[in-house]
Amino acid sequence: MNTGDTGWVLTSSALVLLMTLPGLAFFYGGLVRRKNVLSVLMQCLIILCVITLQWVLFGYSLTFGPDTGQGIIGGLDWLGLRNVGGQPNTDYAATIPHYAFMIFQCMFAVITPALIIGTYAERIKFSAFLAFTVLWATFVYDPLGHWVWGTGGWLRNLGALDFAGGIVVHTSSGVSALVLALLIGKRIGMERQHFAPHNLPFTVLGGALLWFGWFGFNAGSALSANELAAMAFVTTTVATAAAGLTWALIEWQQNGAPTALGAVTGAVAGLVAITPACGFVNPMNAIFIGIIVSFLCYVAIAKVKSYFKYDDSLDVFGVHGVGGIWGTLATGLFAEKAVNDAGANGLFFGGAQQFLVQCMLVVVTVVFAGAMTWLIFKLVDALIGVRVEKTKEIVGLDLTQHSESAYTLVD
Amino acid sequence: MKYIIAIIKPHKIDDVMKALEEVDVNLMTVSNVLGRGRQMGVTEVYRGTKEVGSLLKKVKLEIAVNEDFVEPTIQAITKGARTGEIGDGKIFVLDLPDVYRIRTGERGGTAIG
Repeated sequence: MNTGDTGWVLTSSALVLLMTLPGLAFFYGGLVRRKNVLSVLMQCLIILCVITLQWVLFGYSLTFGPDTGQGIIGGLDWLGLRNVGGQPNTDYAATIPHYAFMIFQCMFAVITPALIIGTYAERIKFSAFLAFTVLWATFVYDPLGHWVWGTGGWLRNLGALDFAGGIVVHTSSGVSALVLALLIGKRIGMERQHFAPHNLPFTVLGGALLWFGWFGFNAGSALSANELAAMAFVTTTVATAAAGLTWALIEWQQNGAPTALGAVTGAVAGLVAITPACGFVNPMNAIFIGIIVSFLCYVAIAKVKSYFKYDDSLDVFGVHGVGGIWGTLATGLFAEKAVNDAGANGLFFGGAQQFLVQCMLVVVTVVFAGAMTWLIFKLVDALIGVRVEKTKEIVGLDLTQHSESAYTLVD
Repeated sequence: MKYIIAIIKPHKIDDVMKALEEVDVNLMTVSNVLGRGRQMGVTEVYRGTKEVGSLLKKVKLEIAVNEDFVEPTIQAITKGARTGEIGDGKIFVLDLPDVYRIRTGERGGTAIG
């Protein structure tokens, strides 16, 4: 047991909590219209409550519990945190209490379904949101997390590299968001008018808190307060800086002005892209990963989305899906054993095999998350109905789902 | 000259503006307002106990027009704002004795548009 490691992982757990609330909540909350801001904050808050309980009751056991034998799912040995205690679990983190590893991973399980909120924002029933979230966490996140990170997981055994969740967190939520956007349909009035974000300062504030919290997410994933954590911290912040600047420059060239929304979106895309790679690549390649991700995500949002006209309202697929896929593939290109001996060499360092593994990782995740999301949506839609009635959508989710409004016109 | 005040549903503002453009009425003042009609608004609940407010958000348009434009303006607002449901709003038409354009000092009908 190492007290420094324990201190860092517990701190990182709190940092990742901060990413969901208030980070992501305000990042998304600023982007919706005034009548829906509370619904977004509420969804983030309730995911924090519900998935924390799901995790300690059975989610942790399904994801990280002893494998049932086929590499598909964890067993039920750790149900309700049975057999999880203060002593380290040497399979996952030998120098910190098992509790610390469990609660660190809990925050990842929380933020992943919260990312999806951005795609169905402003038109989902609260009850349907709850049902979808719990089912998605149980049948998409938990199995996928087991495959990639769990001891005995079949993708982990193939040598898949995902340092902090480019696949498990970002690609899975991003792809699911695209499927949901197609299934739930466009917001009323989308064809006629552009919905302007109601509070961009909130969005910049939330984006900045995401960047801050992401140090826990990425550097914390070293699970030790060591040189690997320091390196992941550095690669994370340089990739983000490069991506934020690149996005602003692209906009400046394309539209004549760099925007705050563009820069903060670029920064988040950079954070996403470096997530799977941060513990395996050197800082100069991290900059390159950051620059490329802004080009890819910009095209996905400004060109592809407007061409196909789907309403992924807050660009979950455009940022997390595209960024996560690029980061996962980039890990297969730029990973070096010279950086992290526990990793592998990517294509540019003589490891073509690793690149193929990363490609397969992407394909498996896209197919699995996409198909399961389709299935869960159909189930919830048949049982509860996913979308609010037209009049409720027009009045807004704050008033119709939560009986309150964020702002008053007169005091 | 008439001064037309219309209270409409917020999400119909784009339809109304489009309908007004079609009859060549392009000048207007728009503001967010709260109000209620016969249905007495809706009720909000704070933390399960306190009930406050029973006013709905509406948008108010104010348009000054010469006599020739009064009927087309009313028709355009009606066309754009009507959903057929409760709360579509109202149009008030007031007499307008005079108008001044601050920049040029013009007044009356020539200053209106």
